[in-house]
Amino acid sequence: MNLPTDLKYTRSHEWVRLLGGGKAEIGLTDFAQKELGDIVFVNLPQEGDGLVPGETFADVESVKAVSDIFSPIGGTVEEINEELADEPEKINQDPYGAWLIRASGVKEGETLLSAEEYRAFLAGKEGA
Amino acid sequence: MELRTPLCAWHESHGGKMVPFAGYRMPVQYETGVIAEHRAVRTKAGLFDISHMGEVLFAGPDALANIQNLVTNDCAGMPPGRVRYTPMCCENGGVVDDLVVCRMGEGRYLLVVNAANRRKDVEWMRAHLSGDVKMEDISDRVTQIALQGPAAPEILKKVAAPASIPEKYYTLVEHGTVGGISCIVSRTGYTGELGYEFYTGPKDAQKLWELLLEAGRERGLIPCGLGARDTLRLEAGMPLYGHEMDETVTPFEAGLGFAVKMNKSDFIGKKALEGHESPERVRVGLKVTGRGIAREEQDVYTGGEKIGRTTSGTFCPFLQAACAMALVARNSSAAGTPVEVDVRGRRLPAEIVPLPFYRRA
Repeated sequence: MNLPTDLKYTRSHEWVRLLGGGKAEIGLTDFAQKELGDIVFVNLPQEGDGLVPGETFADVESVKAVSDIFSPIGGTVEEINEELADEPEKINQDPYGAWLIRASGVKEGETLLSAEEYRAFLAGKEGA
Repeated sequence: MELRTPLCAWHESHGGKMVPFAGYRMPVQYETGVIAEHRAVRTKAGLFDISHMGEVLFAGPDALANIQNLVTNDCAGMPPGRVRYTPMCCENGGVVDDLVVCRMGEGRYLLVVNAANRRKDVEWMRAHLSGDVKMEDISDRVTQIALQGPAAPEILKKVAAPASIPEKYYTLVEHGTVGGISCIVSRTGYTGELGYEFYTGPKDAQKLWELLLEAGRERGLIPCGLGARDTLRLEAGMPLYGHEMDETVTPFEAGLGFAVKMNKSDFIGKKALEGHESPERVRVGLKVTGRGIAREEQDVYTGGEKIGRTTSGTFCPFLQAACAMALVARNSSAAGTPVEVDVRGRRLPAEIVPLPFYRRA
């Protein structure tokens, strides 16, 4: 399972790339995109929207279903990834490159996991 | 407890993503994914394990009379090898299930019913039998495999002689041989493409599956799961029980009037359906014109007024458009009518379009 060590993770399968200066990128993990299957539509927030750790800020749609995406961090939406409007499948093809939003004024949420902690969390799930 | 088809182990060892469906453990997709599998069926061919479907045998002098009473379509005069699609109604005219009736040799009939309704259907049918008839649920002894797509005929020709290949749509060969395996070969399907459905015993299932995959390899045949089965049937405008119809929907409302023969002497539900051939609400197709995807069970509005509800909806991978089917008021059902679908609190613009969304060339 692909888990870049420079990212932080959540139990709801989002990743955060902290960019410094209170900025961050957020996306979905490889596990998430595999679970979702082919993604056909992405519903992103608007620039300026507030982000609250643990609350939904976007949703993605696979052929079968809609899935809410939860913010790992607090802050404000600074930029949304326009490419995903036309090519939502980029999330499947390149989960750690296809960022959903860039945020500013970022405050870390309490439950962010390191790559190793997320890996252990996934392993625990499989064993359940 | 989850039932396993004879092909379960194959799916599991070939990247099948297994999910529970109608009490069975079935592949929703393989590593190829729903979109690629859907497109394969539209452009080349796909192979589906549909062994979860139910099969019920009727035999005896009163077999036909019983079937005629149970279903809305007229099954009299079917020669052996003919297949007929029909709803089966309850006394109030609502649909118990939709199924196909296959006329076999020696006065036997094979009824193929939806997986999710098998036990309900068998109980229902048994409760309404009369006269000299034998009814047997043989579902557990039958494996069903579907080969669907424009390449299906040429693939089948590689492993079956002409005598085993039904020529016309909705006909079957009862004693077919495919790759040396005895099976029923039916020219039917649930995808809107050319194709066949095979019925064989569990012991030959994997062999048949593998030999079909091998025969179709060069033509691009791939195994496909239930995810693609659903997007294909929706794109082809085909109804699914539990969505487009159920016990609260009549076959006329569901657009299945072509399979209801009111001039048949009698059948369960006939009295309730009399006078309702032109119902107040009808099934329509919706094509989303805004940004988003309409799903099932979402309210449909026109001019600010609620006119009905969606029954199925998805992103159609071949047409590359979000399409849905809905049950709406007849007087608001004209093709071209602009509507809005309530998608999780947001009004998504769509347009009523004629069905099917996709028709093969």
